[in-house]
Amino acid sequence: MTVRVPAGAAKRHGRVRQGLRRQLVHQLDVKGSPYAYVAPFFLLFCAFGLFPLAYTAWVSLHDWTLLSDVHKFVGLDNFSQLLGDDYFWNATFNTLSIGILSTVPQLLLAIWLAHLLNRPLRAQTLFRVTLLLPNVTSVVAVVVIFSQLFGRDFGLINWVLSWFGLDPIDWQAGTASSHIAISVMILWRWTGYNALLFLAAMQAVPRELYEAATIDGASGYTQLRKITVPMIKPTIVFVVITSTIGAMQILAEPLLFGTYSLTGGPDRQYQTLSLFIYENFTKLDFGYSSAISWMMFLFIVVVVGVNYLLTRRSRGNLT
Amino acid sequence: MLHPPRRGLPRLVAHVWTASVLSLAVFGAAACGGGDNTATGSGGSSAKPAEKITLTVALFSDFHFAPLYAEFKKTHPNVQIVERRAQFNDHHANLTTQLATGAGAADVVAVEAGYIATFTPLVDKFYDLNQYGLAKRQSDYLDWKWRQGLSPDGSKLLGLGTDVGGLAMCYRTDLFKKAGLPTDRSEVSQLWPTWEDYAEAGKKFIAANVPGAKWFDGPGENFRAMVDQAPVGFYDEQNNLVAGTNPDVKKAFDLNVQMIQAGESAKLAAFSPPWNTGLTKGSFATIICPSWKTGSIKDAAPTTAGMWDVAAVPGGGGGNQGGTHLMAPSQGKHPKEAAELIDLLTNKDTQLRLFTEAGALPSIPALYDDPKITGFTNAFFSNAPTGKIFTDAAKALRPQHVGPKAGDVLTAFGNALQRVEQGKQAPQDAWNQAIKDLDRIK
Repeated sequence: MTVRVPAGAAKRHGRVRQGLRRQLVHQLDVKGSPYAYVAPFFLLFCAFGLFPLAYTAWVSLHDWTLLSDVHKFVGLDNFSQLLGDDYFWNATFNTLSIGILSTVPQLLLAIWLAHLLNRPLRAQTLFRVTLLLPNVTSVVAVVVIFSQLFGRDFGLINWVLSWFGLDPIDWQAGTASSHIAISVMILWRWTGYNALLFLAAMQAVPRELYEAATIDGASGYTQLRKITVPMIKPTIVFVVITSTIGAMQILAEPLLFGTYSLTGGPDRQYQTLSLFIYENFTKLDFGYSSAISWMMFLFIVVVVGVNYLLTRRSRGNLT
Repeated sequence: MLHPPRRGLPRLVAHVWTASVLSLAVFGAAACGGGDNTATGSGGSSAKPAEKITLTVALFSDFHFAPLYAEFKKTHPNVQIVERRAQFNDHHANLTTQLATGAGAADVVAVEAGYIATFTPLVDKFYDLNQYGLAKRQSDYLDWKWRQGLSPDGSKLLGLGTDVGGLAMCYRTDLFKKAGLPTDRSEVSQLWPTWEDYAEAGKKFIAANVPGAKWFDGPGENFRAMVDQAPVGFYDEQNNLVAGTNPDVKKAFDLNVQMIQAGESAKLAAFSPPWNTGLTKGSFATIICPSWKTGSIKDAAPTTAGMWDVAAVPGGGGGNQGGTHLMAPSQGKHPKEAAELIDLLTNKDTQLRLFTEAGALPSIPALYDDPKITGFTNAFFSNAPTGKIFTDAAKALRPQHVGPKAGDVLTAFGNALQRVEQGKQAPQDAWNQAIKDLDRIK
């Protein structure tokens, strides 16, 4: 602002006011507009994330069925009933078991695949696209086809087993066998996707490190362990967390594997937590379903927290 | 040998696709349901004759209604009919949600026998069809089928019946021949006057060791048929859940356990993809056949034409499995047209036609002596006189009161039998757990 001799008090006063206003607008712009920029996300998050979370908590404190207009407040009754419910703990065990069976091999395999693809290869793009193909397949198609492969009487896998003189396995009947079958479906669908994430991270690792290691005589495996893994740790943490959350929410695979058996097999041998919620939801017992949802949310928080600590602690030796 | 199943995959995918597309359609309809109200609201009155209106019809499978819609359009040129279908369980769950939230229900909805008692107490959620002149239809109907569609106090007519599910037993003549059993349908019927005889005949079949074939598909549907034949099923007339104390239920359970232990079950869950494969491959020699199931078998295993025949059901007929009512939810805006459509879709000519086309057994007893039905033979089932067989079954049918959560009860017992079948539990433990599961059914 240019400084001039004020012509009069009124004018000076006006100018000061104008300055103040400008300052205010400027302040508002600096302090306020960022909120406007991020508002779309937070509004959507509130509508589709925070509000359902809070409302579910509210519903879980009631005896709430859909067809009745009266929702009786019952406090924490749903939760105490849940903690004494064998089927709930059974579903929790199944979820953890399927989660571990699918996630651990998946991540190891994904790192290995990414490592293989991270060197100069012919038809590189082809291989990378192929990796992603399983992931763009519809989950329904995947489960239906794998259910046939795992068929008891006419399934491909039992047929192959029969070459080695093994008896056919009733994959759906057993607890372990059904968990393996479901884990294989998840493994098949998600390994490539995670491998691509790892590959992207690996491409950012400076080449010189590998060159130096090669000169020092380090083998491919040593390079993977001592250079690659430590350098892509942030991505590993990310992938571990997203896979864990995904594993906690498995629904479509067990539901379709049992051809719409809401109990996840006659003995609930592969009923996951999500399926347990769905079963109670279709019984229109919304209060109880909401309580299970909240327990699942707490489980995810705990499991992700533990994972985060574990993956953070496992520091590499890159110095 | 590897025999890749042919029909299971496309069918299931098709089901799931339909279900998901339909649920989208439902949400869409729910979202814009408020805006397109052109009819006047006075006393639930309907559109003026010239006004263009759309009626939606929600079903859980192909009811072969399409030609009837065309017929309806002749008398109602201003009405457009849209049909939507969903998977069986989803269909009824969707309907409950739509009634509870007050939006998205179709103008005409199909409700299956296992669910009808869940919906008829919701008196104000459906139009009283008496108000639209359908009381006159009472004289057409089997009395028990008519009463199933009434409100609990009997004053309101909420649903009109389409078909009933009289029982028979379908069997594979080729497998019977291999096992040295008679193949003629009257001789076969004499093999099993009772279910105990049926179990005995199964022992003979298993002893003959026909490669790859068992006696029946799985215990669930037979169990259901046995319970359906009893005077009282899972509920008493006052809707008290008596499944745990009813001796007929325990008897049916025990007999199925015996048949499982004799190795008679192919261990296939009905309507699953492996079950479809089993139908085609001849994995089992007999299957319980409510009238409508003759249609399902033909759809699921078209290559087995001529290998099947139909005999009388063990236990002396009686027993109804399935059957449907059509209802008009009160959130619909055109009750008059909806009622007229329901009238057309359930009238005598329609029921006659649907029996010959889709195996849907009429709920109008006058038709049971109609030569078009009594003389009807089914080419797919070795020209078995299914018209005679099923009308006989329908005449012998002793109606049973169906309670509100019969479907959930059936699941509990079906799972228990499967646990025995898979060797996971001793029969007594499986029974006890089923009884415990009943406590969860509110």
